[in-house]
Amino acid sequence: MEESKQEIRLPRLGEPAPDFEAPTTHGTIRLDDYKGSWLVLFSHPADFTPVCTTEFMAFAEIYEELQKRGVELLGISVDSITSHIAWVRNVEEKAGVKIPFPIIADLNKEVAGRFGMVHPGQSKTETVRCVFVIDPNQIVRAMIYYPLTTGRNMAEVLRLIDALQTIDQHGVATPANWKPGDMVIVPPPNTQEMAKERLKQRYECVDWYFCKKKL
Amino acid sequence: MGCISPDGTPTESGKKMLLALQKGLRSPQDIAKETGLPLFRVRSGLRDIAVAGLAEQKDDSYELSPKGTELVASLL
Repeated sequence: MEESKQEIRLPRLGEPAPDFEAPTTHGTIRLDDYKGSWLVLFSHPADFTPVCTTEFMAFAEIYEELQKRGVELLGISVDSITSHIAWVRNVEEKAGVKIPFPIIADLNKEVAGRFGMVHPGQSKTETVRCVFVIDPNQIVRAMIYYPLTTGRNMAEVLRLIDALQTIDQHGVATPANWKPGDMVIVPPPNTQEMAKERLKQRYECVDWYFCKKKL
Repeated sequence: MGCISPDGTPTESGKKMLLALQKGLRSPQDIAKETGLPLFRVRSGLRDIAVAGLAEQKDDSYELSPKGTELVASLL
């Protein structure tokens, strides 16, 4: 018998995040409850597993830094509320780390399906390690996908948020390995006249299309 | 419900929101500011409080219902 193929739909950058209402460890939450705040929605494969536990403790560690940046955290996996509560309590009891953010119990994979979090090549029953950065207007601004085997890098999550907020605030772009305090990229000129003028401006330019400035 | 227990009693965060509503019609932003709770949590909690019949929604704001007023009086 031919195996039925489940269509994986991925949200696209720059488009509204898929809407949802879901049970969480902090009550029923809708996407639009986060309107006006940045949101990091992240999935993990399963409760009570080692890599996920290290990630949850690491997300809890950067929670305060995220709050300073106006960012809320929301976890999700294909586990029950009871499992989430038991796991969160276990992490606090055994590791002394309090998990301050809600976790969606997505047993029917409804939210995971909308965000393309289940990749059958990795697992047909678990979500892979996704991170969706959603801005205050509920637009998907960045996506990160990691395999089941590999824990995510929290410094990169923070760096990504810093970059997106800097881009929005100053109308610039950020170069490879950028971190706060580094020079930023000035958007390239659109006309010959602008290109000529660009080199006369007080930017640090490699050439007319590649200029950096300090903020 | 996130802020109303299955037996109908409000949780700590539920009590904070109900007490803040005692001051009259309030928006989720007002309640978040007064209680120190995250805005997403307040939006979600106020929906629960309204579903439990303890508050009524008026446009984007909420105010205590007679049942909610009675409950808040018992909390004081």
